[in-house]
Amino acid sequence: MPRRKGAPEVNAGSMADIAFLLLIFFLVTTTIETDAGLDRMLPPIEPPTEDPPVIKQKNIFTVNINKNGQLLVEEKIMNIKDLRAAATEFLDNGGAPQGPEYCSYCKGKRDPNSSDNPNKAIISLKNDRETKYATYITVQNELVGAYNDLRNREAQRLFNRDFVDMEAEYLNPETPSAVREELKDKVKKIQDLFPQKLSEAETSTN
Amino acid sequence: MAKFAKKKDGDLPAVSTASLPDIVFMLLFFFMTVTTMKDSSIMVENTLPNASETKKLEKKDRIIYIFAGKPTKEYQSVYGTETRIQLNDKFANVNEVGSYILAERAKKPQELQNVLTTALKVDKEANMGLISDIKQELRKVNALKVNYTTFEGDAFNNIQ
Repeated sequence: MPRRKGAPEVNAGSMADIAFLLLIFFLVTTTIETDAGLDRMLPPIEPPTEDPPVIKQKNIFTVNINKNGQLLVEEKIMNIKDLRAAATEFLDNGGAPQGPEYCSYCKGKRDPNSSDNPNKAIISLKNDRETKYATYITVQNELVGAYNDLRNREAQRLFNRDFVDMEAEYLNPETPSAVREELKDKVKKIQDLFPQKLSEAETSTN
Repeated sequence: MAKFAKKKDGDLPAVSTASLPDIVFMLLFFFMTVTTMKDSSIMVENTLPNASETKKLEKKDRIIYIFAGKPTKEYQSVYGTETRIQLNDKFANVNEVGSYILAERAKKPQELQNVLTTALKVDKEANMGLISDIKQELRKVNALKVNYTTFEGDAFNNIQ
């Protein structure tokens, strides 16, 4: 005749181990959330006596945003989705003929009426006081994206990895300093190939 | 005659509560590690725009925050619905930004004073006029490194 027992007591001795296991798992996997955003440098206030340097018109890529969020790029209306491609084409143009300003790594159209060299190319951004901040950030994002695309391309060619990766690793404080030293030169080299020259005019009031 | 005390059906043994402290400690530690101390409550609407080409803001001790946006509901009766700047935990005018930056900079250790970043946490509905004014103030006090703090995402979500 089968004998009915009550349910046996569960051994709870290992519960603490399980708890600690979970605790350690979460400790290792959670990262405290860090903010992210677009880094920019503001231009220093120039002494008023200094004459502004003369820049050839063809080396300037003007972007105007009006209060309705519409874009005027190089005197033509443009959809914001085409901005990255247009900026990339301008930066990568390398229009200078053979000589000191010749750009050996550019893959652009080499149009003599567009920028001479990425070192000379300047993007000038102007916005209205009533432009929405969100639109402005989108434009900034696309322009930074154009630089990053080109830098990634060169980093792939020279070092077989993305520039954005390299820079993130370089800026990460957890990266060992030996690795960082090595990355510093590489990052600097790529930055020199496509220096970020993004000038922002003071906003217009109308 | 041997007597067998027959247990009643459904009489479950009590669950051991010996490990309850462990579980509680585990939760405690978990929350201790993931929470960040909030040093000022945000009094403005702060829906950041999206961007994809972002860089992480490492090292919290090197950052000065400036918030801007419309005052939230509870402050709207006092401060209106115009976009305002929030420094620490009070509303401020544009011309106070410079002195705020200088005061914050003076609080930081000497070796960090030259590497500070100003994080602009601006609501996406704000107008650029205010941002330009802030930027102008920042240039005056030579705080040139700024970070437009954004959410990670597709930048085209901003324009609709």
